Amino acid sequence: MLTKFQIAQRIAQELKDGYYVNLGIGIPTLVANYIPHGINVILQSENGLLGMGEFPLSEDVDADLINAGKQTVTMQKGAALFNSAESFAMIRSGKINLTVLGAMEVSENGDIANWKVPGKMVKGMGGAMDLVASAKNIIVAMQHTSKDGKSKLLKECSLPITGLNCVKKIITDLAVLQVLPTGGFELLERAPGVSVADILAATEGSLMFKSDDIPEMCFI
Amino acid sequence: MINKIILDLKPYINKISDGATIMVGGFGLCGIPEKSISALLESGVKNLTCISNNAGVDDFGLGLLLKTKQIKKMIASYVGENEEFERQMLNGELEVELIPQGTLAERIRAGGAGIPAFFTPAGVGTEVAIGKESRVFNNITYLMEHGLTADFSIIKAWKGDAAGNLIYKGTARNFNPIMATAANITIAEVEEIVPTGTLDPNEIHTPGIYVTHIYEGKDYEKRIEQLTTKS
Repeated sequence: MLTKFQIAQRIAQELKDGYYVNLGIGIPTLVANYIPHGINVILQSENGLLGMGEFPLSEDVDADLINAGKQTVTMQKGAALFNSAESFAMIRSGKINLTVLGAMEVSENGDIANWKVPGKMVKGMGGAMDLVASAKNIIVAMQHTSKDGKSKLLKECSLPITGLNCVKKIITDLAVLQVLPTGGFELLERAPGVSVADILAATEGSLMFKSDDIPEMCFI
Repeated sequence: MINKIILDLKPYINKISDGATIMVGGFGLCGIPEKSISALLESGVKNLTCISNNAGVDDFGLGLLLKTKQIKKMIASYVGENEEFERQMLNGELEVELIPQGTLAERIRAGGAGIPAFFTPAGVGTEVAIGKESRVFNNITYLMEHGLTADFSIIKAWKGDAAGNLIYKGTARNFNPIMATAANITIAEVEEIVPTGTLDPNEIHTPGIYVTHIYEGKDYEKRIEQLTTKS
């Protein structure tokens, strides 16, 4: 099973040179720590920053420079600042090459639920609905099962939906999967030490695989 | 020459009457109009409808006005980090309308640009779509959303001049420029008022036409919600 850091590390392998990327809160934020050498990606933060840099040194902290998770950040050379309407204009018009976000549930047709647990958590959707409705390429970072062992990769989401038919790829503590256009989770890679049987047992939705020989994830 | 400078916020904030709809700039606690929020607290105005991306924290930002129950309805995209908010919402003491952040921003932009409605894909198939008109363009379903306007906008900028021109700093820009455009009366507070003519017209973010009053605040607290540093 992967740690959340390893999930982030595996997601970082999906980055390509020149990508504009929006990273959600939680595990997705950690992806920034594993950007492969020799690759330039530009991070977009939906509160109005393109070219987000790393966290500041304590003497460089600026209250007027935060990311969408309200953490203090820095700007890379060549960064740009803009207002919230313009930020979502670039999201809605498909200029962001990759969106990485967390989820509570994903269904086998690519629906995602990540914003509300009725009666428990009602904090609001923030920018998640806008991001999932318009992103061309969405990778979800999540735990394969809940703490009490229930699958989060389902036939249908049980929680309120954030967006329909939008998730392309899922990277969990157990596996890398893609959502097939015709529905179903195709198993692409296994986490080290995790068997196909383990993944089948942890997946409620339909799990497909092209061969019985599913490769293990590779970490450099 | 035009002069929109005010030396005291109070008499202008006091014109915000019970039941008014106000837009309040900021993302989290970044770029919030601290001084105007304090003046609202002092004014004791009630039954406000507040349009703001977030609702502050328990003891800062809009959280201050929640505590005194001056807010009747909150229109926002994300309201975590605020226990008093949650309590009032669950008890039915506070009306809450949650809107996807991009839709909220575009509704404000549209309201300020004289556009009554537009179509967006955000929220299709979700509870946000309930009761909304939808239309299909190029085989994609979109929801119709309405432009938003307000009686007052209270916003925060970095620098400004007597003509009401504004420049923002960093990500403290966020919702401030669009809210400036979408209200009958816009009160901008800034860290520094500079002599008219010294701001480069090429670099002005908010043209003065949108700003009714401009106020220079002192000693901004600029509280940080998530102080994060690298070692």
